[in-house]
Amino acid sequence: MSSDLKYSKDHEWVRIESDGVAVIGVTDFAAGQLGDVVYVDLPEAGAEITAGTEMGEIESTKSVSDLFSPIDGTVLEVNDEVVASPELVNASPFEDGWLIKASFDALPDDLMDAEEYAALVGS
Amino acid sequence: MADVGARSTVLHPVHERLGATFTDFAGWAMPVRYTSDLAEHRAVRESAGIFDLSHMGEIEVTGPGAGEALDNAFAGKLSVIGEGRAKYSLMLAPDGGVIDDVIVYRLGEERFLVVANASNYETVAAELRERAAGFDAVVADRSLEYALIAVQGPASADIVTRAVVGGETGLNVQDIAELKYYRVLQDTYQGEELLVARTGYTGEDGFELYVPVGRAADLWELLTEAGGDQLVPCGLASRDTLRLEAGMPLYGNELGRDLLPAQAGMGRVVALTSKGDFVGREAIEQTDVSGRRVLVGLTAEGRRAARAGSLLRGPDGSEVGVVTSGVLSPTLGHPIAMAYVDPALSEVGTQLVIDVRGKDLPAVVTALPFYSRD
Repeated sequence: MSSDLKYSKDHEWVRIESDGVAVIGVTDFAAGQLGDVVYVDLPEAGAEITAGTEMGEIESTKSVSDLFSPIDGTVLEVNDEVVASPELVNASPFEDGWLIKASFDALPDDLMDAEEYAALVGS
Repeated sequence: MADVGARSTVLHPVHERLGATFTDFAGWAMPVRYTSDLAEHRAVRESAGIFDLSHMGEIEVTGPGAGEALDNAFAGKLSVIGEGRAKYSLMLAPDGGVIDDVIVYRLGEERFLVVANASNYETVAAELRERAAGFDAVVADRSLEYALIAVQGPASADIVTRAVVGGETGLNVQDIAELKYYRVLQDTYQGEELLVARTGYTGEDGFELYVPVGRAADLWELLTEAGGDQLVPCGLASRDTLRLEAGMPLYGNELGRDLLPAQAGMGRVVALTSKGDFVGREAIEQTDVSGRRVLVGLTAEGRRAARAGSLLRGPDGSEVGVVTSGVLSPTLGHPIAMAYVDPALSEVGTQLVIDVRGKDLPAVVTALPFYSRD
């Protein structure tokens, strides 16, 4: 877990880059719960995303889970590498396994910091 | 997160030590994976995996009338199994529906062991007692007395041989080498009963070893040491993907009370001609199954897999079936599924469409199994 990230209760993380773009992924906790990720279905560039609503799917060998957007915004870029190699979500959830980049106006108030998220997942 | 089952096997501390993630399976806390589902799956296909299956049920049927009692209780003719052999069978309800699928081992002239699914063994034991009432046979549920450890994969014979030879058993190298598929060896381990069966649920060569629960941790350790780097602890996630690639049915998905054996392609498991009456016979004989949905395999392209419950549509857009199990095949790299489909659309090569959570996935009816070794 990283201190410069914000976390949602749905186990997504958000990192704000220096250019003001939000990078979004799933946490190592979520990746561990899912098992080996074998498929990700992500919104396309230009799509509007809304905090707390479904923006895609993430599948492991064992299960399918909805991906929920942690923010309101517009998708700027999709991580093609994670689409081609979904195992990056397990191998590198906070770095190479990022899912999308999005523009946004303001972050929702209910995003958690690392300490709050750690308490949520009991680590 | 899944609520973890209230019951745990005698090997639970071993799994905890190995860092397993647990899931509830039929009320049992079982390892779903230790590290990676895919790595565990691959280990069984390429080398070997070790599984704790102690949640499964073992029911002993003994006595001069044991064989006849089993013939009455199950769909197959079990009284003619030779000693040291195993047979797959089905327990049917009076209406012909499937109560459970089981393996029956003949351990002696008057001794059989019925191995039932974890979710069903209490029902199977109760039904067996009732169905054996008119026969000179005793039914004893030994499920909580036996542990079951499976070693599966191309390296399994070497590993089991290394483990049992000189490992406080009476077995020698030839015993394992000469043990044929669906046969069982009876021996001892640390002075107590050991059964070594060449059976499994993965589509690979493999063994299932039964010991009293008090010997299970030592036997696991013995096998693990013999296996070294060749043997990987495997959870239920890989067990499910392995059996699905091998086209093997899972009770609750491909088999159930609402399905007749013929629908699952198991008409031949039902011994209509070679034995007398048995529970379910009348219903099987009198039911016309020709219009009922049948079990098929489906393959598709891409990476997005259908799951149990996904509906199937035919060429005219009407609903023609439902997926019972589905996954992105780790070995084949494309989606596979088993499904019940209208018989008119069950021919191999038939093109169907699966509604995978709102998106259409074209699929083709494919002969089972999806994967077979060699």
